[in-house]
Amino acid sequence: MDFALDFEQQALVNSLEEFCRRELYPHEAVVEELRYVPDEIKQEIRRKSLEAGFDGMNLPEEWGGPGLDKQTKMQAERVMGKPSTALGQCMNRGVTGILFKCRDEQIEEYLLPSIRGERKNAFALTEPGAGSDARAIVTRAERQGGEWVINGVKQFISGADIADFIILIAVSGTDQTPKGPRKRFTAFLVDKASPGLRVEPMKSIVTRGYNPTMVYFDNVRVPDSKILGGEGEGFNTANEWLYDGRVALSAHCVGRAERIFDMTKEWAGSRKAFGRTIGEFQGIGFKIANMAIDIKLGDLMVKEAAWKMDNDLMNRTEASMVNYYCSEMVFRVADNAVQIFGGMGMMEDFPIQRFWRDARIERIWEGTSEIHQDVIAKDLLRPYRN
Amino acid sequence: MKILVPVKRVVDYNVKIRVKPDGSGVDLANVKMSMNPFDEIGVEEALRLKEAGKATEVVVVSIGPAQAAETLRTGLAMGADRGILVKTDAAVEPLAVAKILKGVVEAEAPGLVILGKQAIDDDCAQTGQMLSALLGWSQGTFASKVVIDGDVLSVTREVDGGLQTVKLKMPAIVTTDLRLNEPRYASLPNIMKAKKKPIDEKTPADFGVDTTPRLKVLTTVEPGARKAGVKVGSVAELVQKLKSEAGVI
Ligand SMILES: Cc1cc2nc3c(=O)[nH]c(=O)nc-3n(C[C@H](O)[C@H](O)[C@H](O)COP(=O)(O)OP(=O)(O)OC[C@H]3O[C@@H](n4cnc5c(N)ncnc54)[C@H](O)[C@@H]3O)c2cc1C
Repeated sequence: MDFALDFEQQALVNSLEEFCRRELYPHEAVVEELRYVPDEIKQEIRRKSLEAGFDGMNLPEEWGGPGLDKQTKMQAERVMGKPSTALGQCMNRGVTGILFKCRDEQIEEYLLPSIRGERKNAFALTEPGAGSDARAIVTRAERQGGEWVINGVKQFISGADIADFIILIAVSGTDQTPKGPRKRFTAFLVDKASPGLRVEPMKSIVTRGYNPTMVYFDNVRVPDSKILGGEGEGFNTANEWLYDGRVALSAHCVGRAERIFDMTKEWAGSRKAFGRTIGEFQGIGFKIANMAIDIKLGDLMVKEAAWKMDNDLMNRTEASMVNYYCSEMVFRVADNAVQIFGGMGMMEDFPIQRFWRDARIERIWEGTSEIHQDVIAKDLLRPYRN
Repeated sequence: MKILVPVKRVVDYNVKIRVKPDGSGVDLANVKMSMNPFDEIGVEEALRLKEAGKATEVVVVSIGPAQAAETLRTGLAMGADRGILVKTDAAVEPLAVAKILKGVVEAEAPGLVILGKQAIDDDCAQTGQMLSALLGWSQGTFASKVVIDGDVLSVTREVDGGLQTVKLKMPAIVTTDLRLNEPRYASLPNIMKAKKKPIDEKTPADFGVDTTPRLKVLTTVEPGARKAGVKVGSVAELVQKLKSEAGVI
């Protein structure tokens, strides 16, 4: 294992960092204020990211991307954890893994326009009665005539307000098995303009501009051709996409923590109390040291996870470990940052409170910390179960 | 026409530099190094001239240790065609740099050399002018605009109190100022291509240049802390202070 970045990785990291500094950071305050990204800003970022060749950087070669290895990709994603999520999303770096299941006319209609950045999707699984326990979802897809009729409510669906189609997971039937009835889960591609589909904003305190929504399905009709993957195969996602999601989230956490830490060091080194800089007090110095160590551990875990992915050694236990550590880490770092900034850390005119709020979601949305711990413990104890 | 762009490896502009405790210089251990920002502007200008059909090849050259090859690769990742590394581990002063560059110019015969107006490490701002003198070529320094028309080069210069435009006969030397352009991001496809572009390796001896320093750094110190300012109560008081205390009017 050699985790030193080679020229290409370093050059990409440098170039992306410069891009974030010049094109994304300057818009963060306004997005926070408005809770959406104004169209002009969105288009400008799109255009510049296209010019700089960052579009489609996460795509595999078969779909016109550079086919970066995971190590390079995760280093790039680390940088992309630094800017506000909503602004980072304006760059069109890749597509939701499950979309690669598109076939026949779905490729022209959904996959290719998504790759080109012309269509955006939201992924709708969670419901008011089913979060961590995803198999408890009750949104139904019933066959009537040659069509599927969908009824149900989805909750916390990110970006459905700005998406133009929804990747929906619904229950399409029940199988009787020796262990009792088993739901059949199916993924559907549902255009947002479909009659009976309604999106309502939810007001959240995190990642403003990339907002959670309620999505209501009231007798929404779709043909067979809108099934993504096979009927009953909604949860059969390739492991690669699952790992990709968890490790990329972890990389984002590391990048965000680095940015918070840079601001915090500057503050600790210049803010004065009792005639010296606050960083000279051990109470603050210890926090600075621990933050540095915490970030380094997260960074190493991401690099090791990416290395494992590149060498086909990844598994779900490892994916949960890195996801858990990094999402807890970025919140610890953000919380220490608030403490070191003191009252100024709580002021809306200062970005620290935003990082602190945004850091909080990482312990919830790609599986809660408790669920990751549960997975890790179950996997490790499985050999001892009788 | 070929354009030669010298690029220097310097401490990244975002780094908070520290003076070594013994005052012998700036601490470079574990410090991020990058291309001198003014040189990046030079590469950008050369690439724009090439894209506008005014030049056919952009060659980047760096004088420095083996790691300066990374600085060259950064230029190649922006879009330059090939690189020349003049390898030396010694500290090279502006005059020696200019002499080496003269050798490179004689070997490469570019129509234009675009340098940064200064490097952000020692801020000498001498190399371009020295190279111009050694070659006997015209120079347009501190450029904020460069226009090529046939074999005439118009350079708009940022001078105290305004702008000055000079017309030069090519071949010529240009040094860049901050407002000349905004350098592009190294694009992902160009980054991937950079590895395959050639970098030629040379040494100062290949150009018959002796790089032995002629200057001696006695000591390096941090700039003094800024003194607190004063508030004035009125314009009249301000004018009075400018006259009697500052002595500027
Ligand atoms: C801002 C935001 C954006 C989101 N975006 C999307 C999206 O785009 N698409 C989508 O489908 N979903 C999305 N979600 C939903 C997200 O995935 C869920 O919130 C998450 O899975 C947790 O579900 P829950 O909120 O229902 O909490 P619950 O599952 O009700 O959990 C509540 C608490 O109980 C704990 N708990 C539950 N089960 C166990 C257990 N077995 N052992 C120990 N503790 C347990 C949890 O860890 C948690 O602490 C988003 C959520 C938010 C807040």
